Amino acid sequence: MTRAPRLPPAARAILGGDRRALARVISQVEDRDPAAVAVSRALYPRTGKVPVIGITGPLGVGKSSLINLLVGRLRELDLTVGIVAVDPTSPYSGGSVLGDRIRFERRSDDAGVFFRSMASRGEVGGLAAATREVCRLLEAGGFNVILLETVGSGQVDLAVRDVATTSVVVLVPHLGDEVQTLKAGLFEIADVFCVNKSDLPGADHARRDLVELAGLGSGRAGWTPRVVLTSTTQPSGIAELWEAIEAHERFLDSSGGRSAEERRRLTAEIVELARERVGRQFAERLEREPELRRLLEEVVARRVDPRTAADRLVPGPAR
Amino acid sequence: MVRSPKEAPLRVLIAKPGLDGHDRGAKVVARALRDAGFEVIYAGLRQTPEEIVRAALEEDVDLIGLSILSGAHMALFPRVLQLLKREKAADIPVFAGGIIPDEDARRLKKAGIRAIFGPGTSLQEIVTTAQRLARHAA
Repeated sequence: MTRAPRLPPAARAILGGDRRALARVISQVEDRDPAAVAVSRALYPRTGKVPVIGITGPLGVGKSSLINLLVGRLRELDLTVGIVAVDPTSPYSGGSVLGDRIRFERRSDDAGVFFRSMASRGEVGGLAAATREVCRLLEAGGFNVILLETVGSGQVDLAVRDVATTSVVVLVPHLGDEVQTLKAGLFEIADVFCVNKSDLPGADHARRDLVELAGLGSGRAGWTPRVVLTSTTQPSGIAELWEAIEAHERFLDSSGGRSAEERRRLTAEIVELARERVGRQFAERLEREPELRRLLEEVVARRVDPRTAADRLVPGPAR
Repeated sequence: MVRSPKEAPLRVLIAKPGLDGHDRGAKVVARALRDAGFEVIYAGLRQTPEEIVRAALEEDVDLIGLSILSGAHMALFPRVLQLLKREKAADIPVFAGGIIPDEDARRLKKAGIRAIFGPGTSLQEIVTTAQRLARHAA
């Protein structure tokens, strides 16, 4: 019998419910600090069992307020919740204002909730992979449900489907006709549509449109996206929203889709990490190796085209 | 592990403890810090010291900025420092801004608030001080 490998201290602290250790390692993952690698590696076998619920949609539809109420509902059900809220990084300064906590009202002594804001950090790539790692850390920290808030419609280039087990797309009445939803690419990713601010006129119309669209089939085998009406000003529909999410989670189990989806997400994660590393290596080689620097000069001088240069870096059949 | 400011942005929590309902100053500072490359976690209005400290720990910030106009700073600021100490997080520097009389400012600095900015302080001065405090802590 082989002995279980000793866990790194930070991994043990996270498993033991140490919130500050959890917060620190999340920072290390965000900073691509090598110190996080061993921790993530040690914790990985213990993860992959909790639902990760992606909450996405355009700016201003009330995602943060909705999450605040959803967390309240989950706490009523005695479920602990880890929340990751991703906001865009300014492409100009590299800074960001992460404001999703403003809507978040929790008892400050409730150890069953952990809220973390995360900046997209520009185009460094790997955001989806980093987000998945952060979600796994939260799971290792003992949270039963992970909520992931992202701005949809390409403002944050995070493919929520590559992270979440259930994706909720939040819309509001009169946001535009359903074509806007199709254009934004939000339709393909929705397992649940949430029409928020349903106290506004037009909510029923929006629901009808979405139900009709959902009925056309989204190419997700066997699942018809649910449509739920919610309001956060006069809270309503929150329990129904969670029921719809749970229904999709149950569907994943009964249809056998869960493992196939997880396989697809993990494939995407491996490819993303590999692409990031290979890209960095090539960028460094182009700077460092004299032969490749000459090649770059040839491209700059318009004597060699970029595709030919790339073929020299990665030999293989031309496409 | 020391964070290189170039690779890893510094993280700062900006919060308004207490009951005053005016956060334009805090927002202007948040914006200036963002433009200087900080990741600013904006916690907003009406935060209790407990909520502020909890947010600082969950967000693993390098710095906390408190803004106050209500006059309750002598009660609220020391409470934040005390809670940080209790959580073994007294290494996170705290700076403050708002309407704070000189005599109070002296006492708060003695209590551990690292910098206090009154009305009319330039944003540049706030940013420079914030960078110095956060880098030292990170």
